[in-house]
Amino acid sequence: MSSTMRAAVAAVVLACTAPIVLAQGSTEKGIEQYRQALKEGNPAELWEARGEDLWKRKRGPKNVSLEQCDLGQGPGVVRGAYAHLPRYFADTDKVQDAESRLVTCMVTLQGFKEEDAKKNPFSAPGRHSDMEALTSYVAAESKGMKLNAPLAHPKEREAFELGDYLFHRRAGPHDYSCSTCHAESGKRIRLQELPALTDPGEAQKVFTTWPAYRVSQGSVRTMQHRLYDCYWQMRHPQLDFASDTATALMVYMAKFANGGEVHAPALKR
Amino acid sequence: MKTTMLAVAGLTIMAGCAATTQLTENERQTRAEAMLKAGFSKGNKAMAERVVQQDETQALCSKYPESVPEAIASRIQESQQATIRYPASGNLMGDWRQGEKIAQDGWGMRFTDMGSPNRPMGGNCYACHQLAPDELSYGTLGPSLYQFGKARGYTDEVRRYVYGKVYNAKATNACSNMPRFGHNGILTEQQIKDVVALLMDPASPVNR
Ligand code: HEC
Ligand code: HEC
Repeated sequence: MSSTMRAAVAAVVLACTAPIVLAQGSTEKGIEQYRQALKEGNPAELWEARGEDLWKRKRGPKNVSLEQCDLGQGPGVVRGAYAHLPRYFADTDKVQDAESRLVTCMVTLQGFKEEDAKKNPFSAPGRHSDMEALTSYVAAESKGMKLNAPLAHPKEREAFELGDYLFHRRAGPHDYSCSTCHAESGKRIRLQELPALTDPGEAQKVFTTWPAYRVSQGSVRTMQHRLYDCYWQMRHPQLDFASDTATALMVYMAKFANGGEVHAPALKR
Repeated sequence: MKTTMLAVAGLTIMAGCAATTQLTENERQTRAEAMLKAGFSKGNKAMAERVVQQDETQALCSKYPESVPEAIASRIQESQQATIRYPASGNLMGDWRQGEKIAQDGWGMRFTDMGSPNRPMGGNCYACHQLAPDELSYGTLGPSLYQFGKARGYTDEVRRYVYGKVYNAKATNACSNMPRFGHNGILTEQQIKDVVALLMDPASPVNR
């Protein structure tokens, strides 16, 4: 990363932590400058590189790499795997997204305890997340491919139906469901545009951008984090990382997003 | 409207295609509810309880995401109307300056800001509505409320309508996307009066 770019990152991160009312206008401007500075690349590339290294490095109690991990296209095949997720896996008899599948591989191949593999899914200032890096690497290996999450297996169809139910389920002190904010085109919360995730045109554009480097957070964030964050806004409790709820919602959204080109890891507000 | 139509068309296609629905309505509900409950295993217990347990209005509105049948809508509106507690004094107007602060403030009820006796919660009206013209950072999930009092008339009837809308939006629109601020204990009686003033005081920037 060049020093101009580093300066731009710092500037934007600062602008985005300023009080919201003040920051609205300057944030937009900051992002524009930032986009300019990024001609040389998205900071997410650092996550991709670290993820590739983690993938190949011998780690865990068994001291083996993830290179034999089966992400759905056979052991060791990373290329194109992300474009076909979430999907059903026979060995776990579950529908899994990239992140829950990475947990499976860390447990079965590398010998990590499940709770250790799930311990640090989202980075915080001064604390990297291996999961964010690995997911960035895996997603980048599908860049430019069309999303084609399968819905043929009965468990995949079941996950879709459950996701459909959850997407429209209102609850909590504010009565919110996902569809409160994501069912209609052209709506905003404050100035943030809300994609209609059940509109194929819109879903194809946005669902395929995750994981993404989020300027406002100074980090790559994954789809698991996006859902955790939206449940936070909905005044729901913390959503468990790699829960079946998250997977079902992803399968539901992927159905509308299928056919869109994978742009992940993208760069976002 | 286009998306609504697309969504409706989508649903119709799905409904017509037997292969895509394999769970009965009951199975789907039982499994999805169990799954959701399991997915909040580490969060705050009281908070989890509150979202796992839907009230009747939430459950009915979730069941009919496109549009709720008329008979059910009137049943909801009736039951929700009965929840509204108007101030005993009969005075529905507070201070619009306080109302503006409440409309700006989104604090409260998230797992990072669960509430505190020393810090009232916000109404976050600007998340969804245009109000005072100086605030350009407003959302559009709800209609613009700019010049609300001026356009509707500064009458008792309209003040009562606004108080009721903020207290329980489902009393006049069964499956409204607007939260029920009074009914669900987000805003206090005084705070609701303050936002009523924001909309209904001729001196409020909303009406200038
Ligand atoms: C109270 C409003 C609200 C609710 C309810 C809500 N979201 Fe969001 N959602 C947002 C906002 C705001 C953003 C971010 C937009 C931005 O950053 O510009 C967002 C972004 C997203 C994105 C990323 C879209 C993109 O542009 O890349 C996805 C996917 C998403 N939400 C899914 C969900 C799901 C699934 C649920 C329900 C579990 C949900 N949301 C509930 C407000 C909401
Ligand atoms: C999550 C979105 C959301 C929030 C937050 C919200 N509203 Fe609303 N509001 C709506 C929607 C949607 C409607 C239209 C449907 C309806 O009338 O119920 C509406 C309608 C209204 C109306 C009736 C408008 C009319 O023309 O009759 C009033 C008054 C109102 N809101 C005031 C408020 C106030 C005051 C607050 C904050 C304390 C607030 N709203 C917060 C979404 C919201």
